[in-house]
Amino acid sequence: MKEVIHTPVPLVEEEEYHINMGPQHPSTHGVLRLVVTLQGEIVKSLKPHCGYIHRGIEKMCEKDTYPQIIHLTDRIDYLSAHINNHAVCLLVEKALEIEVPERVKYVRTIMDELARIQSHQLWWASFGMDLGGLTCFFYGLRDREKILDIWEETTGARFLQSYYTPGGLLWDIHPNFQKDVKAFIKYFRKKIRDYDNILSGNVIFRERSRNIGLMSKEDAISWGVTGPSGRGSGWSCDVRKHHPYALYDKVDFKEILYTEGDTLARYLVRMDEMRESMNIIEQLIDNIPEGDFTAKMKAVIKLPAGEYYQRVESARGDLGLYCISDGNKTPYRMKFRTPSFSNLSVLDHISRDLKIADLVAIGGSLDLVIPDIDR
Amino acid sequence: MKEFFKYFADIFTGVRSLLIGMSVTGKYFFSPGQIVTQQYPENRKTLKMYDRFKGEVIMPHDENNHHRCTGCAICELNCPNGSIEVISARIDGPDGKKVRIIDQHIYHLGMCTFCSLCVKTCPENALAFGQEFEHAVFDRTVLTKILNQPGSSILKEIA
Repeated sequence: MKEVIHTPVPLVEEEEYHINMGPQHPSTHGVLRLVVTLQGEIVKSLKPHCGYIHRGIEKMCEKDTYPQIIHLTDRIDYLSAHINNHAVCLLVEKALEIEVPERVKYVRTIMDELARIQSHQLWWASFGMDLGGLTCFFYGLRDREKILDIWEETTGARFLQSYYTPGGLLWDIHPNFQKDVKAFIKYFRKKIRDYDNILSGNVIFRERSRNIGLMSKEDAISWGVTGPSGRGSGWSCDVRKHHPYALYDKVDFKEILYTEGDTLARYLVRMDEMRESMNIIEQLIDNIPEGDFTAKMKAVIKLPAGEYYQRVESARGDLGLYCISDGNKTPYRMKFRTPSFSNLSVLDHISRDLKIADLVAIGGSLDLVIPDIDR
Repeated sequence: MKEFFKYFADIFTGVRSLLIGMSVTGKYFFSPGQIVTQQYPENRKTLKMYDRFKGEVIMPHDENNHHRCTGCAICELNCPNGSIEVISARIDGPDGKKVRIIDQHIYHLGMCTFCSLCVKTCPENALAFGQEFEHAVFDRTVLTKILNQPGSSILKEIA
């Protein structure tokens, strides 16, 4: 019998050391802890430690009725709260085979795209700040405030709206909604040129982001990197195109694809997506049909026993909702396939042998939301 | 030679991109009319929230101190995190039958997540959202509120 020789593998090679990036590092945008193995300032490997903001949302869903789950999904990915709510609503409507009124579909699509724009605006603001441009932060938040005001007027909340209910909407849209959205689109079309002038064309930004964090299409597929980060690598993964929900099969929009796969490509995908979202809203905002803002629902919603899966395209990627129902008014099991969790997993692969300053740029370009990772 | 020219071309385009960026910031620097900052504590008197703003849950009372709550506790059932406790009592009604009235409608503002299910599901529209948003207090027990005013009674048309 051959003797098995255990050669002790050292945890750290010579001249290597660990450093904790986070949980309170400003560029991780939350309580994400990355244990980075460095040689000098070159990243050798990286281990994310999750769980600092784990709230057990999946478990809490098991005690809540379906209308109550809505307000929990706001808090998974707070920057695309509307889109998360949409996932639950679509799941319940699919299981009960309810057709929602046309007006609801229009409003939901517009709200989702507004959510996408404001998420990308905040991402642009913080990404610019990560790379040393504090001006970006103020300009991004200034324009995002306009969307938050529109939401506050219609839904009553700026951030965690809980505006969708299974079968429709909480309230009808505010009479000023269409006017405000049109004014915002007109305003933001001007301002997004400022964004390009300040950051997209800036020589320091270009040099720091081009050819940094290269991710091939194969990498993106095998790590499950969806959303703008995956589309920056040329992977056509837009759920709105491939599995349309709400009105996405009726509106005319492009799926933004870049093939470079570097940090700059991921940046440009998001910038173009903001423009594309504005195109979608412009097609819909004048044609919102009259009608009810909610379908007729029973007071107690019980899904028939079985398994259900619903995907939506959140601002960060493919959000999947898996639900097992045993016929009661609460789900037996609820599982969220959140995009940020998969996007984080590729960070180790694409940041190897780069400088630690590049890690900040790559992490920013993946647009991670930490509650989305931990749930 | 090509390298040499590229070196200077890079410097030129780089400086140009920086100037373009600085022209944007300079534009805002010299046009203070575009300032969007609100001077918050100073503008408290004129600051008005939107009508639907979810500041806190309140129970509107009319001028005769009547509310619309029957004490059915549907809001308590719908609340996802137990922010609402309805304590009802039974008293003798005018025709001799026992009638349920609300004793205390307790609302824990500190636990509320503003999902608006209580306001939405109330069959009598007894609850509404208030506009107050300055909720910072030194003692968290202050955040537990009793929504029905002392001495109030239910509106005659509902009872």
